[in-house]
Amino acid sequence: MVTAQGFWSLIKRPALLLFAMLVASLALASLAISPAHADETNTDKYDYIFSGNVKYNDEPLEGVQLLVDGNGYSAEVVTDEKGHWEVGVPEKAKYNITLVESTLPKGVIVAPDEEGRITISEKGATVEAEFGLTKDKSVNFFLGEGVRKVTPFIDRLMGSIMNGLNFGLMLALASIGLSLIYGTTGIAIFSHAEMVTLGAVGAFFFSVFLGWPIWIGIPLALILSAAAGYTQDMAIWRPLRKRGLSIVQLMIVSIGFSLALRYLFQFFIGGGTTLLPTNPDTTSKLNILGPIHLSIVDMVSMAISIVVLAAVAFWLLYTRTGKATRAINDNESLSAASGIDVDKVVRLVWVLGSVLAGLSGVLWAYFRPGIKWDMGWQLLLLIFAAVVLGGLGTAFGALVGSIIIGLLVELTPLWLSADIKYVGALVVLIVVLLFRPQGLLGKKERVG
Amino acid sequence: MDFLGILSQTASWILRPETIAYALATMGLAVHFGYGGLLNFGQAGFMLIGGYGYAISILSLGWPWWAGILVGIGASIIFAFILGLPTLRLRADYLAIATIALAEALRLIVQSTMLDDVTNSADGLGGYHEGFRSANPFPPGTYGFGPWTYNEAELWIRVFGLILLGLAIWGVWALMRSPWGRVLRGIREDEDAVRALGKNVFAYKMQSLIIGGILGTLGGVVLVLPSAVVPQVYLPSLTFFLWTILLLGGAATIWGPVLGTVIFWIVYSFLGLFLPEMVNAGWIPGVTPSQMGVVRFILVGVALMLIVIFRPQGILGDKRELSFNARK
Repeated sequence: MVTAQGFWSLIKRPALLLFAMLVASLALASLAISPAHADETNTDKYDYIFSGNVKYNDEPLEGVQLLVDGNGYSAEVVTDEKGHWEVGVPEKAKYNITLVESTLPKGVIVAPDEEGRITISEKGATVEAEFGLTKDKSVNFFLGEGVRKVTPFIDRLMGSIMNGLNFGLMLALASIGLSLIYGTTGIAIFSHAEMVTLGAVGAFFFSVFLGWPIWIGIPLALILSAAAGYTQDMAIWRPLRKRGLSIVQLMIVSIGFSLALRYLFQFFIGGGTTLLPTNPDTTSKLNILGPIHLSIVDMVSMAISIVVLAAVAFWLLYTRTGKATRAINDNESLSAASGIDVDKVVRLVWVLGSVLAGLSGVLWAYFRPGIKWDMGWQLLLLIFAAVVLGGLGTAFGALVGSIIIGLLVELTPLWLSADIKYVGALVVLIVVLLFRPQGLLGKKERVG
Repeated sequence: MDFLGILSQTASWILRPETIAYALATMGLAVHFGYGGLLNFGQAGFMLIGGYGYAISILSLGWPWWAGILVGIGASIIFAFILGLPTLRLRADYLAIATIALAEALRLIVQSTMLDDVTNSADGLGGYHEGFRSANPFPPGTYGFGPWTYNEAELWIRVFGLILLGLAIWGVWALMRSPWGRVLRGIREDEDAVRALGKNVFAYKMQSLIIGGILGTLGGVVLVLPSAVVPQVYLPSLTFFLWTILLLGGAATIWGPVLGTVIFWIVYSFLGLFLPEMVNAGWIPGVTPSQMGVVRFILVGVALMLIVIFRPQGILGDKRELSFNARK
């Protein structure tokens, strides 16, 4: 066993030698980087100094601009012919140091590091730096080959707004269906999600499985949706209403129906994602106006949504059956007493709601993109959020709510992680229930 | 076809941690819906809180395993308040939508890469077993017989789960025959009548939401005791399976949730083994075994519909004590 003293005598000489070498090398190093050549900012004014060397493939880079800011202080510096820079800062604290990438030679960028400390912005690559025990801190960036494409924030914002509007409009198609069915029958119908999927799966069946052109496939898919809405009401919902099932029972039946249909889709199309036929010309983004970029598919999709939504609004406001629908929504027994055939109108609402949901499914299959067995289910909670936000049972509330939810979902990834973009919509749902449960356009007594 | 093997595996599902966990969570739903008339469609969220509360307390905070259970219970009480405050004064279907939405939001948040350090995002959590296993009172060895043969760790999980389940059954039974339980059932039948008697309906509903939520949380703990916390488990489908179990056994009964769970798991696991085997044996042409594996999910949905339509009181329920009130 070696005592502490013995240990020290053993290593004394090598340690001293090592120390001497260290001093010598430090002296040499300080000679090599003569301060006179380095570009310095405020190094004589402040004690705390950040420094670094900008090199690419061991070649120093001259004229690269760096920015130091933090704690109300900011400075900039440009590298000398040795690629060296030094900046003095007033406090021993954290500072952001940014390398301005536009001052690097063409084709050279700051390489991403594995720990993810570097953040890339429009200005350049930024790291956070802090002093250790000494008054000096060296900050070096690793450079690599590459081209940085930083989309300006305003472009990303506009892109997200357009996506949000597009998504909100297709959400509105599904939401209005749900809201109309809720308004006339009182059921919060969970299987509406599967009507969304059915539209997309129908288009898949006709245009991919059978290989027919998409302009035949989509109308056929909508006819299939209409048939599904009609059959549903005839075979399930009307008999159950006549049987005297309560609203809650009907809602749970719709959950079971939704579960069964969803897995029926998985049985037929499997668990993966399939694409509808598209032409690359129609999906590539075109410059429309300033920072707005849209593809032909985006524009057609938005146009279809707007036209269909306007038609539904016209139908509700000015036609006999539309007025009857609103009357049943307000008071079912009074409507029946004044000669409205409630069963007939309810069946029409089922057909219309299913077609709208199917259309929204087809458009969403292009927007996502892809068809999946549970895609409608992914949309369902957003539909509920939109409908509750606008006012449960009000058609126009569903439209307003959908646009807001659509924008919220698409704008979230600008600031937060994209994998929680649906969470915001669900939080909105809770907040609305807390402060204005009747929704934006709902009447207070409906909440009861 | 190895029919005996399938039967033996099916029989093992009568006593599995999953079975006990589902029974506990369904007991919770019985307190919510069967006795209180509350449409909670977010029971998966309470189970998630149990699982994550347990695992995170052990892994990130280094607390003992029993403290992990208490953390889960505490978190589920907070969750019940967040759910109940905005919705318990509103019509029943609002609670349904809010609960399913919040449970989904919770799942998306724990799955998000933003919380990767704590929740390990989509990969889930594991390796928190040491504390619970070292509390095992059973000496190493093999216990049981036939399909119910366990080593000491498996036995300890089952015994612990059964103790929790036994306490839950006794607790719910005692609560529901107490004056508190009678008021709660009164609220289910006619809220306004109970309010007219001077009872604070909102407080009773909130207490029911909390108690049922704690049972769901305990179910969540038992579910993660054997192996790992997997975020994809806590889908809304889990809640709907619990609802199917509840309505099958009888929503407003003490033994309904247990009976429903055992029947559910026997049928569900039998179909999971038998249906693909039918394809392998060449009985059903033109269908792949994995396709056939999906059929049992379709059958759960159909079963839920049929139960609600034709026997809403469940196997053990009393037709007079129907818990679906048509309040609108």
